[in-house]
Amino acid sequence: MFGILRTLWLTFLHMAHRRVTVGYPEHKPPLPPRYRGRIILSRDPDGMERCVACNLCAVACPVDCISLQKAEQDGRWYPDYFRINFSRCIFCGMCEESCPTYAIQLTPDFEMSEYLRPNLVYEKDDLLISGTGKYPDYSFYHVAGVKIPGKDKGEAERESPPIDLHTLLP
Amino acid sequence: MTAPMPVIIGVTLAILLGLATFLTWFERRLLGLWQDRYGPNRVGPGGILQAVADGIKILFKQDWIPPFADRGVFVLAPAIGMMTVLLSFGVVPVTAFWSIAGTLNVGLLFVLAMMGMGVYGVVLAGWASNSKYALLGSMRAAAQMISYEVFMGLSVLGVVMQAGSFTMRDIVLAQSGLWFVVPQALGCAVFTLAGIAETHRLPFDLPEGENELGAGFHTEYSGMKFGMFFLAEYAGVVLVSALLVTLYLGGWEGPLLPPALWFALKTSALVCLFVLLRAALPRPRYDQLMALGWKILLPLSLLNIAATGAILLLHAPG
Amino acid sequence: MSDLPFILFSLVAAWAAIMVVTRDIAVHALLYLVVVLLSLAGVFFALGAPFAAMLEIIIYAGAVMVLFVFVVMMLNLGQTDRDRERHWMAPGVWIGPTLLSGLLLIALCLTLRAMPPTTGSDTLAPIGPQTVGILLYGPYVLSVELASFLLLAGLVSAFHIGRDTRATGVNSGTATGDV
Repeated sequence: MFGILRTLWLTFLHMAHRRVTVGYPEHKPPLPPRYRGRIILSRDPDGMERCVACNLCAVACPVDCISLQKAEQDGRWYPDYFRINFSRCIFCGMCEESCPTYAIQLTPDFEMSEYLRPNLVYEKDDLLISGTGKYPDYSFYHVAGVKIPGKDKGEAERESPPIDLHTLLP
Repeated sequence: MTAPMPVIIGVTLAILLGLATFLTWFERRLLGLWQDRYGPNRVGPGGILQAVADGIKILFKQDWIPPFADRGVFVLAPAIGMMTVLLSFGVVPVTAFWSIAGTLNVGLLFVLAMMGMGVYGVVLAGWASNSKYALLGSMRAAAQMISYEVFMGLSVLGVVMQAGSFTMRDIVLAQSGLWFVVPQALGCAVFTLAGIAETHRLPFDLPEGENELGAGFHTEYSGMKFGMFFLAEYAGVVLVSALLVTLYLGGWEGPLLPPALWFALKTSALVCLFVLLRAALPRPRYDQLMALGWKILLPLSLLNIAATGAILLLHAPG
Repeated sequence: MSDLPFILFSLVAAWAAIMVVTRDIAVHALLYLVVVLLSLAGVFFALGAPFAAMLEIIIYAGAVMVLFVFVVMMLNLGQTDRDRERHWMAPGVWIGPTLLSGLLLIALCLTLRAMPPTTGSDTLAPIGPQTVGILLYGPYVLSVELASFLLLAGLVSAFHIGRDTRATGVNSGTATGDV
């Protein structure tokens, strides 16, 4: 009996407490930079696409929402198309973890509602940003041994010159 | 001073229905306040148009009657529930001059009778739905409401003894010296509990019991028929508050302010109390509810009657 | 006092009573029975006995009939019961009792006509609850006391039946023992 009255009183006192609700559209919730929101494709510091169309993200994706096709130009691999179906995406971040070139990244943006379901299928144009995302200095082709125009084999960072197979010298 | 009867009826009806609609929003805001959140605050200033939006939505929903239901009774049930509550307001005196039948010489009995008829709304809704959850809900409702009707009737007898009348207006007039809540504190407590159980409001909303019965007796209802149950519930809250004010808190009497305002103030304070009960208390188990009724409230109300009678006889002149 | 409300209430009561016995579905019949009781309350009201009218609604329509509906609901009557009810409505079953009842009605009417007209004023004075109370505790106090004894016996026996016989202290909160 006393307990019930005490409960009533304590609940009544909650009138003076601060409300924990965040009024969303007016007050945006503070999101940490590593929040797993909308997925983007980033670019190298020199402005080229980072994605090398290795398909690891598509394999890692537990809901199979990523689809891409490889294309090649001057030794650089890039996705011909890159499609993420956000109506299936569960924002688990597996694609980001599996990406060898830091190309695919999740951002702290979650406001991507649509009235039509097909509008949730994002193409490469929608995904590709002009910046480098979370890794500003990283450039895959500068650390990889692949030959591209302007960088021959052995010219990458911390890469030894290629070994001449035809010489007998050690 | 007395307004013509059609005006009184029309105004009372309009105020009641408006109030019940308003309460659907007000209760949610108040619950939010007591639970550290906002509640509906988007539509209109402070969200007050939420009630209108809900009303429009519920009016335009498909009026679906399940094919396995008993059509006639299914349609009848919400009407009974709504009507009995509205009829009960007929005998509530808002002021000495503003009431539909506040001078009816069996006014209090009329309220009890209408509450008794209100059981049918719930019971028949459950039966006509022809679904097991609804049936379980209505069975609970039947047992709960009949039981608590008994305590309600017994608890108000103390007031009737002191006022010497069943007429609601005379009961209020008899409280001009001292509100009955002081000498009849026990009866007031029993009446409050019985009133909550009778309107099957939380924490005694076992006929609905969302977590175990779907939505209880109105599981199969949708659209405006559900809306009528909903409005009847809120009108019932207002009714029980108004009855408490009339029977125990001196009705329209109070200093300075006009009588109608006093009545409104007291009633709304009690409505807030009911919302607070909902915000704070969990639902008891069904057998606990019945045990509370028959093992605690019944002896208490009988004791109240006996004590009131004894004291009245001791002070009786001659 | 006009007789019109009285006649209307009586007609509703009679019609609803006919509907009570002719319904196939038990709950529908019970609903018509509720209507009968309500219109009887109306008759009481029209005759100037509001207290009796309210008690009629509270006790019969409000409590007893709810229990009836409650029990019928729990019986879970189906199509077979409905068919049986319909079979009982065959003319061979009800025509005999109805004829006899008709004879009784005629006899009743004849007897009433043969009685001398009641003396005194024709207007009915409404009897308020206070008068009823004074009468109950005045000339009829014996019957009130007898009824209260009956209720007490009912209460005690209900308590005895409802007692939780397995109660051994701690774990007695079962749902069966309380209603």
